Amino acid sequence: MTILALDWGFIIEKLIMIAIVVFASLGIALYTTFGERKVAAILQDRPGPSRAGPFGLLQPLADGLKLIMKEEIIPNAASKWLFILGPGLAMTASLMTCAVIPWGSAIDVFGRHVELQIADVNIGILYVFAVVSMGVYGIMIGGWASNNKFSLMSALRAASQAISYELAMGLALIALLMTTGSLSLKTIVEQQVQGHWWNIVYQPLGFLIFFITAMAECNRTPFDLPEAENELNFGYHQEYSSMKLGFYLFAEYINMIMSSAIMASMYFGGYDLPFFNEASVAPNIAAMIGVGTLLIKIVLFIFLFMWIRWTIPRFRYDQLMGLGWKTLIPLALFNMLVTGAVILAKL
Amino acid sequence: MNTLEILFYALSAFAVVSAVMVLVSKNPIHSVLCLILVFFAISGHYILLNAQFLAIVNIIVYAGAIMVLFLFVIMLMNIKLDSEPQKKMIIKFIGVLSGGSLLTLLVALVKQTSQLQGKQVLMKEGTIGLIHPLGKALFTDYVLPFEISSVLFLSAMVGAVIIGKK
Repeated sequence: MTILALDWGFIIEKLIMIAIVVFASLGIALYTTFGERKVAAILQDRPGPSRAGPFGLLQPLADGLKLIMKEEIIPNAASKWLFILGPGLAMTASLMTCAVIPWGSAIDVFGRHVELQIADVNIGILYVFAVVSMGVYGIMIGGWASNNKFSLMSALRAASQAISYELAMGLALIALLMTTGSLSLKTIVEQQVQGHWWNIVYQPLGFLIFFITAMAECNRTPFDLPEAENELNFGYHQEYSSMKLGFYLFAEYINMIMSSAIMASMYFGGYDLPFFNEASVAPNIAAMIGVGTLLIKIVLFIFLFMWIRWTIPRFRYDQLMGLGWKTLIPLALFNMLVTGAVILAKL
Repeated sequence: MNTLEILFYALSAFAVVSAVMVLVSKNPIHSVLCLILVFFAISGHYILLNAQFLAIVNIIVYAGAIMVLFLFVIMLMNIKLDSEPQKKMIIKFIGVLSGGSLLTLLVALVKQTSQLQGKQVLMKEGTIGLIHPLGKALFTDYVLPFEISSVLFLSAMVGAVIIGKK
């Protein structure tokens, strides 16, 4: 099957995988909203959503239906196209990250050797970084197009927050890349599968910095300055209603899932199940166990995100900038220097 | 026409149309967004040349960081079309003429360069745009220019901080 000198089997395989990953992310995001409300309820000693279905399990579907059925309002003074483009961009940027995440090792389906990763590009981490820096456009464009002062303020806050924390994130990443010597996420995970330790052992400080900056990039409390409701009403999505609002809220949860997956892959061995010999079971089963392991790691990270959100109050704006520029960036530089010195000493 | 050529022409058309849109949009925000599209198209060209590292750095630095700052400034200025002074027709005409002649001159010069005569573009091959060869080249053959430019950047950063403190 070669038309236009393309391997169509390969393209179909990739399309199926993209569909699975995107729909799985959307499904997990749907239930992350439910998890968020349940975790909040437990931390605040109340039952949480419990009426729709057993244990309230149908609550996310009811929420989704409510959002879709609501009236869609586009303000008269809004810039119409950009107003619609904003939530779409936010959603696209958050879903694009999943292209380079290795979800498992390879499986054999109908005689085809299928890698459980959409694209193993040799610049994997930089791709993630580029997509993260695109994510801020959704917020900026939506906030500006709303033609509302609060929304604009919030969009500018989001942009400056994202730019400030991207620096520390990049510096923390450089230290990790110095130890791994590769930018490909697949290679980084395979090194951890083959080696003795996960990268967290070599880069504890780097992980801490990366975790904090990831939380800031996802606009999660304590870094949810862009939507600080007691200062900015509701922030950049104040004028949004119906499913456009839903897209913004959903994009935040997908960002959370993707950054959890990235952290699990880079620092916690990805699909590596510790104390388990993958060669002792059939390759397909080993791959499936790997996927399950990665999913459990992602869920644990998401829980950590929620735990922090419902424990720590929001920063003040100057505290946020102070933490980013005066604490995290020097710490990341220090981490990079120490890593470089250790590598030099080992040579 | 093979896949590579189709991709090349599609990307080029996309880049040119977006670049024209940067110039003709009345709203500066739309111009900035079109400029971001141009950067994406150029990154696509880099990928066709097998320069994945350059492609992604182009997106991170230009589309991701510099254009955010552009957007930032334009949003804060909040330019209204009717409050901006409009140039006279004759001045616009002279501007187009001089800009056009500069373009013609540049294209003619590039076409005559001896280093480009009879050379063919390496599509899908060549490794200089990948991260390992590029890093090696920067830190061995070009280490002095590389270090000098990083010192230049450092002094620019210090200068910006000092100006910001005033």
